[in-house]
Amino acid sequence: MPMPEQIEITVNGTPVRVPVGTTAAVAILISNIFCRTSVRGEPRGPLCGMGICFECRAEIDGIAHRRSCQILCAAGMKISTDLRQDV
Amino acid sequence: MTSAAKTEVDTLVVGGGPAGMWAALSAAECGMRVAVADDNPEMGGQVWRAELAKTAPEVAGLIQKLREAGVQLLAGTQVVDQVAPGVLLAEGDGGASYLGFGKLILATGAREQFLPFPGWTLPRVIGAGGLQALVKSGLPVRGKRLVLAGTGPLLLAVAAYLRAHGAEIAMICEQASRSALASFGAALLRQPEKLLQALSLRKALTGIPLALNCWVVAAHGTVAVEGIDIWHEGKVKRIACEYLACGFHLVPNTELATLLGCRLVNGYVEVDEFQRTSRPGIFCAGEPTGIGGLELSVVEGKVAGLAAAGREKAARKFFRRRRMLGAFARAMDRTFALRPELKNLVEAETIVCRCEDVSYAQLEREVSWRMAKLMTRCGMGPCQGRICGPVTKFLLGWSPDSVRPPLFPVTVGTLAHSFSGCNVDDNQER
Repeated sequence: MPMPEQIEITVNGTPVRVPVGTTAAVAILISNIFCRTSVRGEPRGPLCGMGICFECRAEIDGIAHRRSCQILCAAGMKISTDLRQDV
Repeated sequence: MTSAAKTEVDTLVVGGGPAGMWAALSAAECGMRVAVADDNPEMGGQVWRAELAKTAPEVAGLIQKLREAGVQLLAGTQVVDQVAPGVLLAEGDGGASYLGFGKLILATGAREQFLPFPGWTLPRVIGAGGLQALVKSGLPVRGKRLVLAGTGPLLLAVAAYLRAHGAEIAMICEQASRSALASFGAALLRQPEKLLQALSLRKALTGIPLALNCWVVAAHGTVAVEGIDIWHEGKVKRIACEYLACGFHLVPNTELATLLGCRLVNGYVEVDEFQRTSRPGIFCAGEPTGIGGLELSVVEGKVAGLAAAGREKAARKFFRRRRMLGAFARAMDRTFALRPELKNLVEAETIVCRCEDVSYAQLEREVSWRMAKLMTRCGMGPCQGRICGPVTKFLLGWSPDSVRPPLFPVTVGTLAHSFSGCNVDDNQER
């Protein structure tokens, strides 16, 4: 099977290469970090995978609170999770 | 306020899964101008979700036919409100847009039912359908050890899919009993095409332990799931895993139907034989009318599309098949009904509302969904109760009593289009 074309994005500033068609949620998962910190400070990752639960929300290209499972990675996309914040 | 694009069609379909796509094609082939709006980045819905941007083969042909019939395919378009009779407001990458229609077909599909247990909020505890969607979106699972737990045939289908992608399936835990499954087996025998699907699944799952009367009681891990405890044959057993995929059957997406005033019965949108809802000119097809799976959704979509185009006679041709598939769906509901023991998995400190981190102990003190919202913020976060609403229905018998626009969180710019005469600058703040 031919390898799908790869594109480069960044997750919390670190470059990551992913195949075309990869969602931002998957880019976050394969970076071994989590999407958001909950109200009580727990790490959270995707639950529903289909745009319902909002657990995968992250900042994408400067826009906060986007459902990363519904957004396809594009070359140069900047994804930031909120885990660096103190809670 | 920037101006919003406007689409104007005879028949608007909301939802681009099997029911919606077939409804759109059926109406378009009768000469209607048709558009399909779907919030996902590609058409296909959940069951036909594109795999790394490669459209599923069943869908590619259908999309081709839709294009040839002149159907507008509006992917990445989330319907959030009705701003006037016959006009919906949607949000997409290009901002807000208006969708004007003569007839409306709701094919909004279903989501997974989740149940809380200690540790269910840990990262890498994911819905069964959700994990499949993520793998289709590029998540590698080769060599990963995982467990599937919950109920229903979706668990088996997802297990087969994940195994084909190189995952090691440590176990499948099905909460239904052997006797419930035996009667389901009898229903399968009456439906040759379903039986063939079941047999091919069984082959794909050879060698994977499938436990009945078995359910997850806890997930453990420091920053992500590392193992789970399952209850099986009177004992608790620990299993190590890197993912837990859990699904406790499906919940229909009825928020838009409710907002539009369509009558619901037992949680499903009420429709007549032509898939007409209680609201004139609004039809509904697929899972929101009753969880029935792919084949039933296709047939209901065809009936709705033809009926919306005024071709009742042509629609009648599908009634017999719809009746047969409907009987099978009801047998599934009985077989995979959730056992009451699952209500006891939640502990006092277990989070029930994940958006607002509301624990079961906080909710136990409340008397209704409305009071819980007021007192604890349960259901008030961005998912708007879509996950915790069905949970509290099962655990506490509550039912959400209203739906308010916008149906999903939107930008202020989009929200401004909900109010006529409002004059504000476009704003990306949410």
